[in-house]
Amino acid sequence: MAEINMVTAINQTLADLLAQDPRVVLLGEDIGLNGGVFRVTEGLYERFGRERVMDTPLAESGIIGAAIGMAVGGLRPIAEIQFMGFLYPGLDQLISHAGRIRHRSLAALTVPMVVRIPYGGGIRAPEQHADSAEAYLVHTPGLKVVVPSTPYDAKGLLYAALAQDSPVAFLEPIRLYRLGRMEVPEERYQVPIGPLRVAREGRDLSVFAWGAMVPLALRCAERLAEEGVSVEVIDLRTLSPLDIEGIGASVRKTGRAVVVHEAPQTGGVGAEVVATINETAFWWLKAPVARVTGFDLPYPPYAWEEFYLPDERRLLKAVRETLRD
Amino acid sequence: METWPLYRVLGPEATDSDRVPDAIKLKIYEDMVLLRSFDEKTITLQRQGRVGTFPPSIGQEAAEIASAHALSKQDWIAPSYRDHGALYVHGVPFENVILFAMGKASSISGDVRALPTSIPIATHLPHAVGLAWAARQRGESVVAMAYFGDGGTSEGDFHEALNFAGVLKAPVIFFCQNNGWAISVPVRLQTASETLAQKALAYGISGVRVDGNDALAVYQAVQAARERALAGAGPTLIEAVTYRLGPHTTADDPTRYRPREELEAWQSQDPLLRLGQYLAERGLLSEADQEAMQARARDWINQAIEAAEATPPVDPTAMFRYLYSDPPLRLRQQMAQLQAALQEEVP
Repeated sequence: MAEINMVTAINQTLADLLAQDPRVVLLGEDIGLNGGVFRVTEGLYERFGRERVMDTPLAESGIIGAAIGMAVGGLRPIAEIQFMGFLYPGLDQLISHAGRIRHRSLAALTVPMVVRIPYGGGIRAPEQHADSAEAYLVHTPGLKVVVPSTPYDAKGLLYAALAQDSPVAFLEPIRLYRLGRMEVPEERYQVPIGPLRVAREGRDLSVFAWGAMVPLALRCAERLAEEGVSVEVIDLRTLSPLDIEGIGASVRKTGRAVVVHEAPQTGGVGAEVVATINETAFWWLKAPVARVTGFDLPYPPYAWEEFYLPDERRLLKAVRETLRD
Repeated sequence: METWPLYRVLGPEATDSDRVPDAIKLKIYEDMVLLRSFDEKTITLQRQGRVGTFPPSIGQEAAEIASAHALSKQDWIAPSYRDHGALYVHGVPFENVILFAMGKASSISGDVRALPTSIPIATHLPHAVGLAWAARQRGESVVAMAYFGDGGTSEGDFHEALNFAGVLKAPVIFFCQNNGWAISVPVRLQTASETLAQKALAYGISGVRVDGNDALAVYQAVQAARERALAGAGPTLIEAVTYRLGPHTTADDPTRYRPREELEAWQSQDPLLRLGQYLAERGLLSEADQEAMQARARDWINQAIEAAEATPPVDPTAMFRYLYSDPPLRLRQQMAQLQAALQEEVP
C-alpha cells in the first residue's frame, strides 16, 4: 500500500470510476487539459478524452443543471465546482431541482450525480475562495452531503457517493488536500454515507468536527491527553444525513460536548448537532454544549484568517470551560 | 424583421407548403380541441374551489400540441408549468393532469420521458442540454426539447443552457412560446431584441421564428429542428409567436394590464379556428364533425374529472415515500411523529 495524499486519492478514484463505468462523466471548469485548479483531475483528460472529462463554459448553474439532465438521462456525472464561493449560482439547481426531482416525480426519476466542491479556508486564498457553505446544502431535502478529512475516507466516500441514487455534494477541504499522507488500499472499498467516524476515542468530552477541523481537534485532544483529559474526537464526515445515533452514543458516554466548524455560527450545522445532542443525550449532559466556529461575518481577507478560523487557542478554551464542573 | 421571417404554412401569408400527413393533422386538431376543453373546464373547477391555481394554455394549443406531435416518444421533454398539453401528447394522461391540478399527483406519470414541470423559470433549460448529451453518449438517436416562454429568455439559465448547447453541439431544441406576456410584463419590456429567435445567433446555433398559432408550421419547424439535431448539426432555438388568450393563472386578472384591442386582434387568430377552417376547406373534417369532436372532448373530460374526484383523500404519510430510496433516521422519525399526532385527539 502506497502512502498518498487526498488529491491523489480522489484522482485515482476518479480514474478508476471512469475506467470501470462508461456512464461516468466528469464536467467542470478547467478540469480537462489543465487538470483542475487543484490538479485533482490531472491526467484524466489525456486518458479518457474530452467527451468524458469535459471542460465546460464558465457557468455554475449550467454545470450543475446539465449534470442533472445527464443523471436523469442515464449517465453518472461528477461535476466540479471550482471553489465553494462560486457555488451560489448553482445552488438554485441543487435546491430547485437536484434535491427535488425524485420526490416530484414520485421516484419515477432519480438524479444520481456527485458535485465535488473544494471548500474551506486556511490557505491564504483571495477573497471568496474560502467559504464553508455546507449549511445551505444540509438544509436542502434530497441532497446528501459528505466531507472526508482523510485520503482513506475521500476514496471510500467517493465510491459510496457514486453508488447512490441521490445527488451527493462531496466537499473537499482545500486545506487538507496535500496536508497529510496515509496508506490507502489500492482496491475499491466504500465508506458508507451516514455513519460518523470516531477519530480518537475518549471518556471525558466529545469534540464534533468535520473537514479541516478534524486535525485541529486531534491536536487539541493530544495536548489535553498530556494533562490527563481524555477527549473523544468525532469526524462526522457525513453532514446529511447526520449520524444521530452515533452523536447520541458519544455524548451519552462522555457527558460533555463541543462542536467546531469553520462556517459562521448562526444557523450553522453545529446548531443541528447541538439540537441532536439535546434530543439524544440531554439527561447525560454535565455542562452546556459549546460551539467554536467562524464568526457571523463574510470570510475575511486572509490577513485575518488566523483569527477568523477556529484554532487551538479557541478550541482548547472552549473544551476547558466545558470540562469545568 | 426581414432576417427573422415568420415561418408559416396556414393562410395567405404561407412561406412553406404543408407536408404534414393528414392523419397527423387530424390527431393534432383533436388534441387541440381536447386541450381547449380541458382548460375551459379546469378554469370553471378552480372557480368552484374543486382544483387549485391553474395555468391555462388557451390560445397556445397549436404550439403546445403540434410541437409535441413532432417528437418521438423516445425523445425527452423538459416542460414548464403551462405545458400539460405537451405532456399529454408525450404520454401523460389527462386524468393525471387533473389529479396534478388537484395537488394529488406528480406532473408526470407512467413511463414517459419527461421531467416534472419546472415551476422556476428557465431553470430546466440546462437539464435539456444534459439529457441531450446523455442520449448522445449512450448512442440513442433522440433529442431533448425544453418548453419555456418569452419571460424565460431573460433568465441567466437561458443563456447558460444555449451557450452550453452550442459549445457541445448537443441534440437539443429550445422551444420558446412567445405568448406576448410574462404575467403582466410585455415582451418589449423583457428584451430590446427585435425577436427572440435572433438570440440564437449569439450562441452560434440555429434560430427559427414560427407562427405559433399555425399548428402545421409549428409541427414542421420542430420536425426540421429535430432532424438537424439528429444529423449532428446542433441545437435550435424556436420562437413560436403566439398569444395567451387567458390569464397567466386562475389567480391572475389580465384586464389590469392588457389592452382589450390587442386581445381581440389575437382572438381572430385562434389556432383552433385556423386549423379547423383549413381542415374543413380540404374536406378532411367538416364543421359538423368538429362540433361532434368538441362534444366528445367535453364528455370525456367530465368523466375524467368525476374519476379524479372519486379518488380517496391522500395518505398523509405518502409524502415521505419518495425523496430517498433509503430514508434517513430523522425522516423516519418525523413520519412516525406525524402518524402518532394524527391518532391523538386534538386537545
